[in-house]
Amino acid sequence: MQDRLVKILEPYRGQRGAAIPVLQKVQEELGYLDEESISEVANFLGQTKNEIYGVASFYAQFRFERQGEHVVRVCQGTACHVRGSHRILEAVQLELKIPEGKNITDDGKFSIERVACFGSCALAPVMVLDKTVYGRMTTSRVRQILAEAQGDKP
Amino acid sequence: MTFKEVQEQAVAEWEALQQNQKPRIFVGTATCGRAAGAMAVLDAINKELSKRNIDAIVTQVGCIGLCYCEPMVDIVKPNRPRITYANVTPEMIPQLIEDYLVNDNPRPDLAMGTIGKGSVEGIPDFMQLPLLKPQVRIVLRNCGIIDPEDIKQYIANGGYSGIARVLGMTPEQVIDEIKKSGLRGRGGAGFPTGQKWEFCQKAPGKERYIICNADEGDPGAFMNRSLLEGDPHSVLEGMLVGAYAIGANHAYIYCRAEYPLAIERLKIALKQMEEYHLVGNNILGSNFNLDITIKEGAGAFVCGEETALMASIEGKRGMPRARPPFPAIAGLWGKPTNINNVETWADTAVIMQKGAAWYAGFGTEKSKGTKTFSLAGKISRTGLIEVPLGIKLREIIYDIGGGIANGKQYKAVQTGGPSGGCIPANLLDLTVDYESLAQAGSIMGSGGMVVADEDTCMVDMARFFLTFVQSESCGKCTPCRVGTKQMLNMLERITRGEGRPGDIEHLQELALMVKSASLCGLGQTAANPILTTLRYFKDEYEAHINEKRCPAGACTALVNYYILPDKCEGCMICKRNCPVEAIAGDRRMIHVINQKKCIKCGTCLDMCPERFKAVTKVSGKKIAVPSEPIPVVAKPKATQDTKVAGTP
Repeated sequence: MQDRLVKILEPYRGQRGAAIPVLQKVQEELGYLDEESISEVANFLGQTKNEIYGVASFYAQFRFERQGEHVVRVCQGTACHVRGSHRILEAVQLELKIPEGKNITDDGKFSIERVACFGSCALAPVMVLDKTVYGRMTTSRVRQILAEAQGDKP
Repeated sequence: MTFKEVQEQAVAEWEALQQNQKPRIFVGTATCGRAAGAMAVLDAINKELSKRNIDAIVTQVGCIGLCYCEPMVDIVKPNRPRITYANVTPEMIPQLIEDYLVNDNPRPDLAMGTIGKGSVEGIPDFMQLPLLKPQVRIVLRNCGIIDPEDIKQYIANGGYSGIARVLGMTPEQVIDEIKKSGLRGRGGAGFPTGQKWEFCQKAPGKERYIICNADEGDPGAFMNRSLLEGDPHSVLEGMLVGAYAIGANHAYIYCRAEYPLAIERLKIALKQMEEYHLVGNNILGSNFNLDITIKEGAGAFVCGEETALMASIEGKRGMPRARPPFPAIAGLWGKPTNINNVETWADTAVIMQKGAAWYAGFGTEKSKGTKTFSLAGKISRTGLIEVPLGIKLREIIYDIGGGIANGKQYKAVQTGGPSGGCIPANLLDLTVDYESLAQAGSIMGSGGMVVADEDTCMVDMARFFLTFVQSESCGKCTPCRVGTKQMLNMLERITRGEGRPGDIEHLQELALMVKSASLCGLGQTAANPILTTLRYFKDEYEAHINEKRCPAGACTALVNYYILPDKCEGCMICKRNCPVEAIAGDRRMIHVINQKKCIKCGTCLDMCPERFKAVTKVSGKKIAVPSEPIPVVAKPKATQDTKVAGTP
């Protein structure tokens, strides 16, 4: 773990204002930010753990828990809201059987994220599965897309 | 090679491309095109071309703005104008290629319009279509037309001639020209750009910064994304112009991480600029140096605010600070800094290319030039548009946007995102400029327009925005941190049917307090969605509070779904599709919804066959239905019987 982090951090040595890009890179490599990586980043930047956690927890992009193997992002922007994104969100939760109050399935295969806006408003409501953007979503398309994804064993 | 030689070469290559004897195919693969399936269309094109051994040039282009027509494909054959095809599917490709490329039938039935010189029988001129005719494409002139990953195509179309001209001027002359153009900040507040540059240019100190705000955080807006994806060089050229005028040698682009394609295109563009000495030291052989760094935002709406954005670039929590000192005096790293929005930068490039007088010829006396807007929500033709300021709202919604989708009634258009407001039907003749929109209680904003129809609840709309600003409030100042929370609590109560008398007055009072006492723009405008909906749609608030009824039928807690016993044929479709098994009934038995189990997802209403229309959604009333399934009573099939009788 430590070696991996050292490799990630090294290119940022001496850069001004590197906290956010560093955290972004760490998250990209590790999938999320755990306590150990926050400490390492703080050490590296000569800041306290509190300061780094303060920065990380301020921004929506940073996660402190593991993600599922597949990530479903449901857009909650204005256009998507007006076109019924809450129904898309509910359909995803139902289809994946995500336990109430949680964002990840029990088997860790799928996690769900609510996103403020993807900027694909003209095709609202929008859902993103891993890196594929799906526009003009309906509840039946949610079921179809997720059923296919559930069938695929990564 | 001098820049003049580069220009000549770029023009020659562009001309040669236009005269090319090979057919050329363009696919719009910006984010929205991709969401609609453009990559599958692109694959199908490449497969079909290689299968038939056709030598054609396939180019990926940005978004031309007609998102409702995505995926879009354009085909150019030698000596013919470019033909645009809309809503193309991979299945259509083999036939289209056979018909047009092989058999020279341009398929007017599938074509939307032609672009460029010449005409094709049976196909209208694209730019004369009702949705394009009122538009003036200045910022978007290259989007969807040139390859955004090829700097030479930008140069061939006048690109970087603005900075080439600027390098022969004094900074004061440049600022003067921007002032004469009348350009005002396109991020929403509308501050005169030339004046803003001058403040920073005159600030004491040697080191200066400029920043491009590409943190388009308004949920429901995508103008900046489309521009960065479709024509990144125009924004970068504007930054060169501004940096030269202000005397800055360092520039940042702060772009939200949710826009990966925009970031990728910017990176490619910067690499190409290096090749042509358009960035770095001694730009185009002059003494002017500028380095440009891309910073990826990490998701915080408040970072659209200048001082918060700078804190974020410095690697801190993106919290705003009190002003003065203004960023023009002490901004990033404590140095004089000038921030403009993506669109403002792109405007300054074209102003320096074509002159201030030309630009000032568009728009109104106080609001010059054009503005891009993204049309979304319940409008027929969603997409990205660019119009001269001073256009009537009605022209945008009806002439360009094609009115409300699915034959519904217009209720309001929301402009300016969470900081803006809703504009009702009786103000549709409002002209779109900074002052008129402010007078109506909204703001120009960065250009998001979300249309609401009769099925949109305005109290829910206000609740939606408050949920957003409450979670995005940075928490630094009390009025915003606590005020947005309290307003949200009240709105949530009202939309749940737990509103109380006095709520409206209380909400109004709180809204005005948050507006006047908050530290930054986020808090000062956070109440706008409440204040405008209270101003124009007070009756909807009253219905929720007094009658526990949502007139639009949108607030889940206040609606119920019923299966009408006289219409249900017992077909089981709704029962099978109900995700929570809340529907009882067998074949030929009238189905009944268990109201306690029902999650009000509306699936039954969507699934009930059009010929039965047996599911209804109501608010504020109950409908008499059997308590458990009973047999369907055979109905006289009136319409079918007459048909049978009338048939010989």
